[in-house]
Amino acid sequence: MIVVVDYHKGNLLSVERGLRGAGAEVVVSDDPAQVRAADAVVLPGVGAFADAAASLEELGLGAAVADAVAAGAPFLGICLGMHLMFEHGTEHAPEAGPLPAGLGLVSGTVGLMPKTDEAGAAYKIPHVGWNSVEWDEADPLFDGLESGEYFYFTHSFAAPESVATIGRTTHSVTFPSAVRVPGHPVWGVQFHPEKSSDAGARLLANFVTVARAAAGRRGAAATMAEDTVLSKE
Amino acid sequence: MLTKRVIPCLDVKDGRVVKGVNFVGLRDAGDPIELARAYDEQRADEVIFLDITATSDDRATTVELASHASAELHLPYCVGGGFRSVADIRTMIAAGADKVSVNSAAVANPDLITQAARAFGTQAILVAIDAKAVPGNPNKWEVYVAGGRKNTGIDAVEWAREAARRGAGEILLTSMDRDGSRDGFDCHLTRTVARAVDIPVIASGGVGKLEHFAEGIIDGEADAVLAASVFHFGELTVRQVKESMRAAAIPVRL
Repeated sequence: MIVVVDYHKGNLLSVERGLRGAGAEVVVSDDPAQVRAADAVVLPGVGAFADAAASLEELGLGAAVADAVAAGAPFLGICLGMHLMFEHGTEHAPEAGPLPAGLGLVSGTVGLMPKTDEAGAAYKIPHVGWNSVEWDEADPLFDGLESGEYFYFTHSFAAPESVATIGRTTHSVTFPSAVRVPGHPVWGVQFHPEKSSDAGARLLANFVTVARAAAGRRGAAATMAEDTVLSKE
Repeated sequence: MLTKRVIPCLDVKDGRVVKGVNFVGLRDAGDPIELARAYDEQRADEVIFLDITATSDDRATTVELASHASAELHLPYCVGGGFRSVADIRTMIAAGADKVSVNSAAVANPDLITQAARAFGTQAILVAIDAKAVPGNPNKWEVYVAGGRKNTGIDAVEWAREAARRGAGEILLTSMDRDGSRDGFDCHLTRTVARAVDIPVIASGGVGKLEHFAEGIIDGEADAVLAASVFHFGELTVRQVKESMRAAAIPVRL
């Protein structure tokens, strides 16, 4: 079962339906216990970092997501959900005091995209529309897709470079549009796969495949543990 | 590189597409979802459903449409028309709309833009502006509301600036002088607004032939181009339009 985390900040129908279309069993939930027990977790989101971070905290969902990830559940953050994987974000941050904190799965601070490039040419922000995502190395999330594929973006803030970057996109600057915690099934994408036609459907299906394999492994491990108990008896 | 978007617009009344649809290959050319799906297959970048009904009963039909669309479509879509309050917008977004466009209500109450952007994010709020040239002044356009029936006397460029400042994520700019004319976009108007704001501008009104789309991007400096009847009547496909744009060296997603 994939749990789509509902932190009361937006519409999750498209994500839920996108995953279901990829063949997954999906439940949308704001229950931390259900998130902890998930085979895989999807954190969607539109809106602002500070508000979302506050909601996650208030609802006890941030800790639940962190626990699920620590237990090895595959994770996919989408758009703001990807931003929330980072340590901090400046969006809607209070003028004084520390920056709002994310889950801290990846280091760095999510900041506003510049409105000009290095040469001083003007760019429209929000970055809205279909842009290409480039990657150098194969990743299970990109299975069956080619570097340069177009996905749908709509955002004004962007993640910082880190060891987690696996895909990049260029608007006013080149920014990480796909990240993965090295060595873990923990991804984030800046674009909206659920709104990105065939390519997006493929990416979601790839995540569902990973989630299913992980669930299978966990199921097998649970069965083995049970067998062990039985044999002791 | 960010591509320029091609956006078919569907006028919807009582849950059905109106303004004449003669689209070959559909079982039911009046079904907005079926039409939008056909545009998705042609690689449309998003679609806009414009609700042209007025009564609250009909609004319920449009909310149903938004919900149905989120189940059936895999591209972003916007629903426009008839929003009066943040609560109206919330209902539509909860039903599955990615964005809403506000027009008359935002002119009457600009704070609606601020409130809605705060509640749903700037990316969810389009401000639609219906602009008409002021006779005798080639550099001035005024904002019309109530479906183009009422002149507010407000300067269109100034209004676009204010909308952007208040948190609009995009401007959907319709030239009333060109709408339905098939003479092409008002590139002078479009360029003037596109240069005045730092958010994307969608050009609308006047498309009659293939070249007009590239003109809107190159001459009008628009970030996206919108059309209705040339698509609905099957005169042009989205793919043809994008191929012609690409031939004009415009980045598109084919």
